[in-house]
Amino acid sequence: MPLYHDEDQAMLADTAGQFMADEGAIAKQLRHFRDRDCPDGFGNALWSQFAEMGFTGMLVAEEDGGLGMGHVEAGIVLEEIGRNLTPSPFLTSSIVTATALASADANLRERYLPGLISGESVFAVAIDEGAKHRPERIGTKAERSGNGFKLSGKKDFVVQAVAADMIVVAARTSGSDADEDGITLFAVPKDAAKMDQDPVRLVDSSIASHITFDGVELDGDAVIGEVDGGRAILNKMLMAGRVGSAAEGVGVARGAMDLTVEYLRQRKQFGKLIGQFQALQHRAAHLYSEVEITRAAVIKAQQLLDADSEKADLMTSVAKAKSAKTAALAVREGVQMHGGIGMTDEYDIGLYMKRDRALQEFMGDANYHANRVAELSGY
Amino acid sequence: MSETAELESFRQETRSWLEANCPPEMRQPAIEEEDVFWGGRNTEFASDAQKAWFEVCRDKGYTVPAWPTDYGGAGLNPEQAKILRQEMNQIGARPPLSSFGIWMLGPALLQFGTEGQKQHFLNEIARGEVRWCQGYSEPGSGSDLVSMQTFGEDKGDHWTVNGQKIWTSYADKADWIFCLVRTDKGNKYQGITFMLFDMHGGGVTTKPIKLISGNSPFCETFFDDAIVPKSYGDDCPGYVGEINRGWDVAKYLLGHEREMISGAGGGDRTAAIGALMKLHVAKEGGELDPLLRAELAMFDVDALAYSAMGEKFLDEVKVGKAHPAQPNMMKYAGTELNKRRHELMMSAGGSRSLEWDSDETGGGKPSRNWLRTKANSIEGGTSEVMLNVISKRILGLPDA
Repeated sequence: MPLYHDEDQAMLADTAGQFMADEGAIAKQLRHFRDRDCPDGFGNALWSQFAEMGFTGMLVAEEDGGLGMGHVEAGIVLEEIGRNLTPSPFLTSSIVTATALASADANLRERYLPGLISGESVFAVAIDEGAKHRPERIGTKAERSGNGFKLSGKKDFVVQAVAADMIVVAARTSGSDADEDGITLFAVPKDAAKMDQDPVRLVDSSIASHITFDGVELDGDAVIGEVDGGRAILNKMLMAGRVGSAAEGVGVARGAMDLTVEYLRQRKQFGKLIGQFQALQHRAAHLYSEVEITRAAVIKAQQLLDADSEKADLMTSVAKAKSAKTAALAVREGVQMHGGIGMTDEYDIGLYMKRDRALQEFMGDANYHANRVAELSGY
Repeated sequence: MSETAELESFRQETRSWLEANCPPEMRQPAIEEEDVFWGGRNTEFASDAQKAWFEVCRDKGYTVPAWPTDYGGAGLNPEQAKILRQEMNQIGARPPLSSFGIWMLGPALLQFGTEGQKQHFLNEIARGEVRWCQGYSEPGSGSDLVSMQTFGEDKGDHWTVNGQKIWTSYADKADWIFCLVRTDKGNKYQGITFMLFDMHGGGVTTKPIKLISGNSPFCETFFDDAIVPKSYGDDCPGYVGEINRGWDVAKYLLGHEREMISGAGGGDRTAAIGALMKLHVAKEGGELDPLLRAELAMFDVDALAYSAMGEKFLDEVKVGKAHPAQPNMMKYAGTELNKRRHELMMSAGGSRSLEWDSDETGGGKPSRNWLRTKANSIEGGTSEVMLNVISKRILGLPDA
């Protein structure tokens, strides 16, 4: 398969690009909800429009009422989200949770997928424990209790949890913290007793929660997949989330680069456009080169994931690491080349810097994934 | 998405053909200089296997698989050519013939040549009969190539050429040269002609240049009243394109050279080096330093991402989707990556990799190759020139 968008995908890119630039624009969404201290961190009206556009159920199988599309298509929407810094639960709900629910029994799928597709429900995933992404270690415990389980432990960086109707929780049902096996995934409803949620606003104005489970009682039918067999599903969720956030990172990088190049064409100093100075031209050209390479790595990873290739795992980590490095470069260069006004809240470039910082930590940063590339390569 | 039945059957055919015809020795990486077969009048094969592999490919048109069959190629379409490349990579098959004729003059003739030139020169190239070299740079004209001054005086049916070229790759081994020659001193861009002539027709001398690597892949080439005929026969001019419009051909070719050099970073098989470096270090009784391991990991991320870029770029070129200036980006990123690769290989190799002519290092390969890569970002347009082109032609930044 060639490494560029086919005709349908190119059309989707046009549609999603137009939609996000109009409806998901920074002034209309990110600034609007930030300045009003919106408790959800995103606009529900926009999320309904996501559903009308058919985005919410993109990854859901057709027999479950979705569009049965792949990660290439989802990545197109995510790249536009990144370019416009559009706050939404698309990545957590429509990508990572949808991936988890694809492995759930009919009962859970019927319960949650219609709301996911219609946009009436929002979902989150609770994986991280501690401030760094280390999904190899899962300490949150779910102990057998009657016909169900009792969930105890603490999860961090649960993005979009405050508005979520259900949270997918990775917990340990056997073995010890670092064991590969013994993981089970649970669909935990938002009103579960003895679950305490502490939502905090992050640097990029998104909201993530610390969640404490203090013996939360769950029915056996809250189990997604098999008891003790959750690692394989978790790995699928991780790959989906990683390639998805890598695509969003490409969007952030492009958005920041476009703003910056535009500024270089307009700003005058010393009687010249600053874009005439070779010192800045070369840095901008280097950034362009990195962004192009990153797009290629991301689409390669998306295609491998859609083809269910065994190479997808490695390439997903390559894509996430590369995307994190490139987006960081784009926002750093962006702020520096904007000069003083790059430090003001009035200009958008700083918002890109903030979003990039948060996105880097989501599903593992560049160091985590470069290390993974080394391990998967045998060193 | 599955390949069409037609392509799938081509893949199967190709696989069986390679299995039957590519000798096992030709499935090992080319290590020594003589492992690369360049063709030419005075050529010698390094082994029977090299000869057999070349001949069987020549007869099938696989020295230049995408060229039309009339010109010595196999007439493969882009999808078929990609499949052949993939299948050759799969078994590690060496290119049967390497030549500047294939990489550079060929594409120029396909684009600008007359039918007579194509019939004559392309067939010679495809059959490995003539080895070409390229005369572009001059001592005073490197990055600013268009300032070149080697002059051809019009003598009616021929030019007499005087001047000097530099960095002519393998000029001392070449049979013919494609050469930029000034034919109008009053017109900078439209006063250059892209000439084709015999290196042994008189008036041409070459002198190898010894590089920091100790090797001499490049020469200085001197023209002292060298005679260049305006025609080699019916419909076969001694120049490509129009007289005084050689710069158009040169610019087109520089694009090809940049693609070629950007490809020098290696395909998918050789992109990541971390695992290999761990083995090297272990062989010398050590283990990877954690910081070196981290650098290797970051390198492998970049190298694997660049591999994907190479694949995407070729896919886009095939359907005309690539930005015309994109080869500059590929060249810039690919050569910088290759320099970094060799820095890391030197680090991993430690004191062993310093050895200049020991048997253990195959005569100082690590250090000589490392030094050679420093030219990657100079030849074919420096990294700085590439960045200039990207910033102006792709990003639309204003001229100084």
